Amino acid sequence: MLERNAAVRCCGYCLRQYRYDRRDLGVIEFQAVTKRFDDGTVAVDELNLTVDPGRITVFVGPSGCGKTTSLRMINRMIDATSGAILVDGKDVRQSDPPLLRRGIGYVIQQAGLFPHRTVLDNVATVPVLAGWSRAKARKRAEELLETVGLPASMAGRYPAQLSGGQQQRVGVARALAVDPPVLLMDEPFSAVDPVVREDLQTELLRLQGELDKTIVFVTHDIDEAIKLGDKVAVFRTGGILAQYDKPSELLARPADDFVSNFVGRDRGYRALGFLTASGLTVGEIASVRLGDTAGDARRKLSDGWVVVVDERKHPCGWLSADRLSGVDEQAAVDADLVLSGGSLYDTEHGSLRSALDAALSSPSAQGVAVNGSGELVGSVTADEVLRALAAARTAGEVPQ
Amino acid sequence: MTWVFDHLGLLGDLTVTHVYLSVLPVLLGLVIAVPLGWAASRWRPARAVLLTVSGLLYTIPSLALIVILPALISTKTLDPVNVIITLTVYTIALLVRSIADALSSVPPTVVAAATAIGYRPFKRFVGVEFPLAVPVVVAGLRVAMVSNISLVSVGALIGIAGYGQLFTNGFQLQFVTEIVTGIVATLLLALVADLLLQLIGRLVTPWTRVGR
Repeated sequence: MLERNAAVRCCGYCLRQYRYDRRDLGVIEFQAVTKRFDDGTVAVDELNLTVDPGRITVFVGPSGCGKTTSLRMINRMIDATSGAILVDGKDVRQSDPPLLRRGIGYVIQQAGLFPHRTVLDNVATVPVLAGWSRAKARKRAEELLETVGLPASMAGRYPAQLSGGQQQRVGVARALAVDPPVLLMDEPFSAVDPVVREDLQTELLRLQGELDKTIVFVTHDIDEAIKLGDKVAVFRTGGILAQYDKPSELLARPADDFVSNFVGRDRGYRALGFLTASGLTVGEIASVRLGDTAGDARRKLSDGWVVVVDERKHPCGWLSADRLSGVDEQAAVDADLVLSGGSLYDTEHGSLRSALDAALSSPSAQGVAVNGSGELVGSVTADEVLRALAAARTAGEVPQ
Repeated sequence: MTWVFDHLGLLGDLTVTHVYLSVLPVLLGLVIAVPLGWAASRWRPARAVLLTVSGLLYTIPSLALIVILPALISTKTLDPVNVIITLTVYTIALLVRSIADALSSVPPTVVAAATAIGYRPFKRFVGVEFPLAVPVVVAGLRVAMVSNISLVSVGALIGIAGYGQLFTNGFQLQFVTEIVTGIVATLLLALVADLLLQLIGRLVTPWTRVGR
């Protein structure tokens, strides 16, 4: 595991500070934790839950379900009324709150960056609080900007000069500054638009692949929970834990009507996302290259359709008999002529869900399959996906 | 005009006194108003009391305050301390509200983030909340500064030096030039002080002027 640590993008300082197996650190235990506010509202009711170290655990639920309160009790932004929260076996109430918080990364909604400090100084905040010299803290901050995928040229800017997505990345870098084993994320991506949110989610998963932090992530978005969580805790109003499980289990076996309603009507379809498409047969597909003649394309049509690829064999769209009618035999196939295609199915990493989506979104009803480097390898049809699903069911891979 | 050139020495002395008597109360007032404004921004009852009291203080006529003060705190009537205390009171009255408002307007997510990453309350105030309040505080300081520069002259009525002496003398001697000189000097000083404060305000808040 130390080798694994050495590979982690991490500065020399923290390697010296934390020579231990990261994956064993950051166990968070809720033991019969209750939070009752002064007005008598019970925000969290007898919560018992253990957060696995080195994994992403998502707290999800409707507003007023106690998910945020539960998160904030971990770093004592809120103190529990009764029960205990242990981080690595130690009751958080034994720690001085500011010191406890410096050892736990925290990412807040809308990033919560300090508007009066540059990006670099924002990231260097916690090391400086912890007593590092400013130069050392800034050096660490520079490394972190790179880790979260921000160019060094952003270091001198103020938060107001960044987009929402960039601000959120800075927020993550700031939380990682002293390399804490635990990261708390409080609806961090709720204020950015859906496209940026998806980027940030993917980026978080990539980062987590390198860092192996214990991440507790709060969201009200079940799709986000299922995408990010190694485990998902669904809370219901009144601060009651409804179900705590792996996302695939949540979709396949919701504990009750509340959970099944909450995970939504498409849960059968979404569950396909957890099934590998290894048993799926990839069929032949007709293709022409950009620059081939319309005549070539006509001759290759199969069921009235042909895929167009570029010089790297990456698919760029479809041609149909309709589309080619009236085009001169010798005319070159160019990007303007091509109909845009649906989603692509990656045969190396894709799930049954992505295969089915490729088939359903394709104008020709044949999903376009590509290999890991994006080159065209064949086609998949919805029928094939269903056959593979039936096979997986027989083999017992689909939870009943 | 020749009167002005003949009395440059006097004008210089008066300027020094005037600046001293108007700037010192602003500094003292700021130091006292910051914790009061902080308290007002933090506790609702404190806010009600502090803002009402500071509003009332500002309505006390300056001359009355300067004259009564010696009796209250047993200073000599001619002691400049009376002017300094009076103007400090006015500065506090002006600044408490702007500091309280400025601190309340700091985004709650920023304060929450500061707490959540391990700031202790005092350091958070010095490092995060107050710096973010600076633009509004500077606006309050500019009002207080200009108001003080004009009020110092009132001290001349009880014999305290400053540009006010040019008014009292000029009035006694029916000498218009001296009065006009006093007015122009007061205006110029107010203008310079205001520009200086604006400049300092800009220098310490570079983040407020960045575009996307």
